[in-house]
Amino acid sequence: MFIPHTQEDREEMLRTIGISNLDDLFQDVPAPHRFPDLNLPPALTEMEVLQEMQSIAVSNESMEDMICFLGAGAYHHYVPSVVDAIIRRGEFLTAYTPYQPELSQGTLQAIFDYQSLITALTDMDVSNASHYDGSTAVAEAVAMAHANFRGKRNRVVVSPALHPHYRQNLRTYNQGSEIEIVGDEDLSSLSKGPEALEDLIDLNTALVIVQYPDFFGRVYDYTRLADKVHAAGALLAVSVNPIALGLFTPPGKFGADIVTGEGQPLGIPLSFGGPYLGILATRMEYVRKMAGRLVGETVDNRGQRAYVLTLTAREQHIRREKATSNICTNQGLMALAATVYMSTLGKHGLRQVSELCYHKAHYAARSIGSLPGFSLWSDQPFFNEFVVKCPGPVDEINMYLLSEGILGGYNLGNDYPELANHMLIAVTEMNSRDDIDMLADVLAEVSND
Amino acid sequence: MTEPLLCDLSVPGRIGMRYPEPDVPLAELPVLLRQDLPLPELSEVDVVRHFTHLSKLNYNIDQGMYPLGSCTMKYNPKINEDTARLPGFALSHPLQPIETIQGNLLLMYELQKWLGEIGGFAGMTLQPAAGAQGELTGVLIIRAYFKSRGETKRTKILIPDSAHGTNPATSAMSGMQVVELKSDERGNVNLEALKSHCDETLAGLMLTNPNTLGLFDENVIEVCRLVHEAGGLVYGDGANMNALLGIVRPGDLGIDVMHYNLHKTFSTPHGGGGPGSGPVGVAAHLVDFLPYPVVDIIEEGDEDMPPLYGFVQPKQSIGRVKSFHGQFGMMVRAYTYIRMLGPEGLRRVAEHAVLNANYLMHLLKDYYHLAYDRPCMHEFVVEGQWDDAPEIHALDISKRMMDYNLHPPTNYFPLIVHEALMIEPTETESKQTLDKFVEVMREIAREAHETPEVLKSAPHITPVGRLDEVKAAKELVLCCGVESIAD
Repeated sequence: MFIPHTQEDREEMLRTIGISNLDDLFQDVPAPHRFPDLNLPPALTEMEVLQEMQSIAVSNESMEDMICFLGAGAYHHYVPSVVDAIIRRGEFLTAYTPYQPELSQGTLQAIFDYQSLITALTDMDVSNASHYDGSTAVAEAVAMAHANFRGKRNRVVVSPALHPHYRQNLRTYNQGSEIEIVGDEDLSSLSKGPEALEDLIDLNTALVIVQYPDFFGRVYDYTRLADKVHAAGALLAVSVNPIALGLFTPPGKFGADIVTGEGQPLGIPLSFGGPYLGILATRMEYVRKMAGRLVGETVDNRGQRAYVLTLTAREQHIRREKATSNICTNQGLMALAATVYMSTLGKHGLRQVSELCYHKAHYAARSIGSLPGFSLWSDQPFFNEFVVKCPGPVDEINMYLLSEGILGGYNLGNDYPELANHMLIAVTEMNSRDDIDMLADVLAEVSND
Repeated sequence: MTEPLLCDLSVPGRIGMRYPEPDVPLAELPVLLRQDLPLPELSEVDVVRHFTHLSKLNYNIDQGMYPLGSCTMKYNPKINEDTARLPGFALSHPLQPIETIQGNLLLMYELQKWLGEIGGFAGMTLQPAAGAQGELTGVLIIRAYFKSRGETKRTKILIPDSAHGTNPATSAMSGMQVVELKSDERGNVNLEALKSHCDETLAGLMLTNPNTLGLFDENVIEVCRLVHEAGGLVYGDGANMNALLGIVRPGDLGIDVMHYNLHKTFSTPHGGGGPGSGPVGVAAHLVDFLPYPVVDIIEEGDEDMPPLYGFVQPKQSIGRVKSFHGQFGMMVRAYTYIRMLGPEGLRRVAEHAVLNANYLMHLLKDYYHLAYDRPCMHEFVVEGQWDDAPEIHALDISKRMMDYNLHPPTNYFPLIVHEALMIEPTETESKQTLDKFVEVMREIAREAHETPEVLKSAPHITPVGRLDEVKAAKELVLCCGVESIAD
């Protein structure tokens, strides 16, 4: 199968080395621990393993079986066939990190294309080659801001409307550091918007982090916040949903210094939460503080335009313990998927998807918000997600929806106790008007019960 | 001929993808409306041709041997790509009710168990996104363990000089003090140096075994004993686990916590630089500190009912290291791989990886100076320079290999070997492929002495020649349509 050696090959190789059997290769391994019996299931053939995997896969309910209104950081969008056709090519799939540029121009130029598309989408100067996901991109933004102020500013102000996983992750990453995270535990400010953060910004603040649209789907103009942040000498990071940027003003226009984001909606399947794509873009003045790989344009010794990993002196394999981040691997293939997706949709397609999500979500919000017992939690503008106050516990409503083949929205009570009985509903281009009407009809039954 | 950039291919008015017209009444568009969306305009044909052209500029495993040391560039089975794309997996949402994703949870539960069995660990998290994040998870677990015992003075992490750069960077990120440990003349951890650091500030040692010289530490039991006696913990960097599958379980040797690289040892593709996946295994005394959530059985099954799998939160968890549950698609691939190999198959992987490396080492050692002349594990390091051809460097050898349609080994790493060339063939290369590799390497050694200029000017047949890296770093052209920004 995957090991090509014949018995003759093996014997000849052992003879060359000068040993008599394979076990002799492991003399340095302490004898009492050598060759343990592993308690694992016996080997299967490809035909058998496929059957087993199919039987495990079908025991899930997937988007093939349900109508999906669940988002909360991962979204069910249509992925054009061309995306998988490209990323399945062995030339991309089975290549290593492009450390040898003469043999990796495909990967390098694709990353350069990715960097170009992300900077255009976010209206920033420079994007790196990606991070693991939206949450770790935010954690890297904190390390970047901290490094920018040479460790002299230690406060990070975080909106409570940043994705709960991202906020948890920030605390994990910074448990060994001197960084103080404030702002996101004041849940009384949930309904107030970004103004609530302004009083927390001081001269010790390195970074302020908001989300756009925020975790509750709301869209705020952060211009005033950006001015306050900059007046204090601090930086503003904005975590985005890239599909929303097809329709809404990009963060670069209202003064963001760092834009992060979860790139999953850009042509990457839900896949139970990963692999996804961490977007990180910034202004040119901070490029040397940015972690992660970066591709630059140059020329070769034949005078041709060519691409290469650049500013590598920032990275861990050179700077070791002095590096801002330990990141090594990125999400290369997922960045490629996003690149193919963005180039296929292009200027018109991305706008179209954004508008479809927007209109369908607004139709859904109007339908559900007018049901007896249900009401919209906020009147702030939104993109494709909105919060509904429900007449009962969200988990119970969701169980009922599930029995009708509908995957309901996210139970906000999981993360925000004062939002018990509040559901976060996501709508994408995958939801037809019939789907939305059905959701409203089933919810109406709930409120009548 | 170089391939144009996407932005250069764009033609105003071209469409690559159409969507249905809205089937709902239109809402008023937002006030914060975007004025300009400067993305390219291309047809689907333009897109497919562009990326197909680019793909042809890449070297890849499907094309040939990729002997990058410490990267374990083994063949990636095609079936893995099919199983990961089964709709039940690929189209499931990470926040679905657990009753609707029992298949995913069963797969994760089994994979946790299997990886624990392979490495000899009591507990496992699949959440870390890559090896470096696995390291961060592991070091934070060590930190949390000492904090829970009130031993907050323990902040010193010892790292051998042969370690990957991620080790010191990770420790520093976790708020630990990094102390480098010299290797001894046989490439093992220097026991005297280790003893001198074994005090009440010792948090732990990060040990890569086999190390980046491809050597199994002959004193590993003693190393672990010394660290434990001083009250510290031993972190295992599992990047080189391919050499140990079914050969020895690091947990049995005294390793307390270790990350795995599913994208090295367990055949998930490298994808041109990710996604990886870096599960972390821990000994029994550390399971309470694992990141949340961990998959477990939350209701036992019986004859009629399968068990109910769900998420649990370890008691003193370090927290979440990533959104959702980790790189699930990579877990499906690794599960498929382990299931196809079984216990005997995994052992055969390690045996043949080590056989291949020793075979190459024997056939090359009269031509290239060996950094350490001892039987190796899955990889070995030679010096890419000769006293009688001093103008030739490891870089020149690497570039010349490209002219023979070979990918070069890892070069200039590990840092402790002068002009290092680090060669890891993996088990998936045949004797015939290895013989061809040896032939090329011997030919290059001859050229280095007789016609060194041919190495100096290499590569000759690649799509591009040697690049001006100084220009790239100085002018910083990092996206399309922007003039260079000189310093």
